[in-house]
Amino acid sequence: MENFTPYSAIAGGLLIGLSAAVLWVANGRIAGISGIVGGLMSGAGGERLWRLAFLAGLLVAPVVYMVIEGEPSVTSNAGTATLILAGLLVGFGTRLGGGCTSGHGVCGIARLSPRSITATILFMAAAAVTVFVTRHVVGG
Amino acid sequence: MSSFVALIAGLLFGLGLTVSGMINPAKVLGFLDVAGDWDPSLAFVMAAAIPVAAVGFAIARRHSAPLCAQAFSSPTATHVDWRLAVGVVLFGVGWGLAGYCPGPALASLFLGNPRVMVFVAAMLAGMAAFRFLAPRLFSASRDEKTTSTLSR
Repeated sequence: MENFTPYSAIAGGLLIGLSAAVLWVANGRIAGISGIVGGLMSGAGGERLWRLAFLAGLLVAPVVYMVIEGEPSVTSNAGTATLILAGLLVGFGTRLGGGCTSGHGVCGIARLSPRSITATILFMAAAAVTVFVTRHVVGG
Repeated sequence: MSSFVALIAGLLFGLGLTVSGMINPAKVLGFLDVAGDWDPSLAFVMAAAIPVAAVGFAIARRHSAPLCAQAFSSPTATHVDWRLAVGVVLFGVGWGLAGYCPGPALASLFLGNPRVMVFVAAMLAGMAAFRFLAPRLFSASRDEKTTSTLSR
């Protein structure tokens, strides 16, 4: 528990919630990252510009943070094969399942969608089981 | 105007991911490692984000249209089906393998970590694979179930 950081987690969560609220109230769009990216691939023309603008903000924000606060801690020990497998599963799974941590986990639960509540329980459980297996069963 | 709002929303989202630690795969895996040296911090991200988002959805319910767009674009699917279950479980396994979900992975792209570029390339390939396979897996083109005008 030495890495416990509740206050920065709450501050970040408030910003994410605010982002989701702004995007819904002003634009009527769900702040679901996999949906925003996946929608770019399906080529709905009029929906393209706001998606690109959102993603531009998403990508630039950590750089802005880095300039002001210094480099954020980003540590990954995953090997290339793991990263490729994980990426394929995340990309395919989020499109099949219609959302990810943001679309189901934040927006969907905030909307009290039974689909999203079920989805969030399932992906949390699947992720926790995966970490348990890789860290304590196989990697032990 | 709606694109400017989206840019601001993207900035807020990316800052939130960075400030909270969601952007750090090691922290994400520490949160998911319930049986190990568990770091519950990231539960506070959702606990803080959901009520704020819920206020936004509650405010919107009092309006017939969004401030800068024609209509609310609400998810149409309402019931739990096997596509949802299989999809989010696959996503969960991938999330647990590397500690990256789509938002943090994309947000990290400009921070210059080559690992995240490999992950994002594979993630986009996975999305493209779904786009290619969906019409073959599902009879009608039901893969775009995301948006339609919401009548509330």
